[in-house]
Amino acid sequence: MKARITVTLKTGVLDPQGKAIEAALKSLGIAGVEGVRQGKVFDLEVATSDAATAQETLKAACEKLLANTVVENYAIEIA
Amino acid sequence: MHAAIVVFPGSNREADVARALRMSGAKVSMVWHADTALPAGTDLAVLPGGFSYGDYLRCGAIAGRAAAMDAVRAHAARGGLVLGICNGFQILCESGLLPGALMRNADRRFICHRQTLRVERTDTRFAQAYTKGQVIDVCVAHGEGNYFADPETLARIEGEGRVAFRYCDEAGAITVAANRNGSLNSIAGVYSEAANVLGMMPHPENFVEDLIGGTDGRGLFASLAA
Repeated sequence: MKARITVTLKTGVLDPQGKAIEAALKSLGIAGVEGVRQGKVFDLEVATSDAATAQETLKAACEKLLANTVVENYAIEIA
Repeated sequence: MHAAIVVFPGSNREADVARALRMSGAKVSMVWHADTALPAGTDLAVLPGGFSYGDYLRCGAIAGRAAAMDAVRAHAARGGLVLGICNGFQILCESGLLPGALMRNADRRFICHRQTLRVERTDTRFAQAYTKGQVIDVCVAHGEGNYFADPETLARIEGEGRVAFRYCDEAGAITVAANRNGSLNSIAGVYSEAANVLGMMPHPENFVEDLIGGTDGRGLFASLAA
C-alpha cells in the first residue's frame, strides 16, 4: 500500500530556508504570505495490505531515520 | 593512544585528523563505515569531517545509523573516548551520542574562515593541555553548524558544564558577531555527560603546523595523547 510521510520542523526551531523562501515570495510580488516553513515529503510503498502493520513499519521508519525528533515532527498518511 | 578513524563514503578530513593524531604520538587505524567492530585496543574513536553519504536526508543522518556506529556506541558506553569534528559532530547528534542538533547556519551561508574559540573546561581528556578561558585560533568550514537544543536540554547542558568550546572574538568575549552560524549560547562543542564524547564544529586538525597558519589545534591532540 502507498503511504506519505510529512516531516516538518517543530515550532520554535529556526528555519532559515523558510525565511529565504518567504523573502523570495515577497520579492515576486506575492503579497499576504506571513510565514513559510519548509519540510519534507516521502512517498513510500509498503509491502502489506494491513493498515496497522503499515503504520507500525512507517512509525519505525520515522523514528529511526526519516525524522530527527529533536527538531522535527512527522505525520503518517496511509492511502 | 590507539585511535580508530571511522571513514564514511563522503568523509574527506580523515587524513588530516590522522596526521594530527600521529604528530601527537597516537597510533592510527582507519575503520570502514560497514565494519562492525573497532580494532582491539582502541582508546579513541574519531568521526572526521566531510559530507558523509552526500549529506542526504540530513547531515550525519545516514552515517549516524551505519554499522560502524553501533561499535562506536558500544565503545562510548564502555567509557571509551569519541571525538567528532564537523560532520562528525553532526553524526554524534544524529546517533544520539550527544544532545541537540546542528541546523542550517542562521544566515544560510556556508562559512569558511578562521575562528577563535574560548576553552570552557580543561578537566577532560580532550582539553587538559589548554588553560580554562584560553582563546584558541582555529577555523570553521560548514553550512550546518547552528547548534540547537530545546530549552530543557540546553539548560541541562549548561547546568552540567558540558559546553567544551564557545565561539568568541579575539579577546575571548562571547559576542553575536563572533557567532557566525547562530548557535544557541555560542556553542561550538559539546561533551557527553561523562565527558568521554566530544563533538565540535571547528577544525583543530587544520591548525597543527605553523606553515599552514597556526598550531592552536595541537592542544586537543596533545591532550588525547597525554
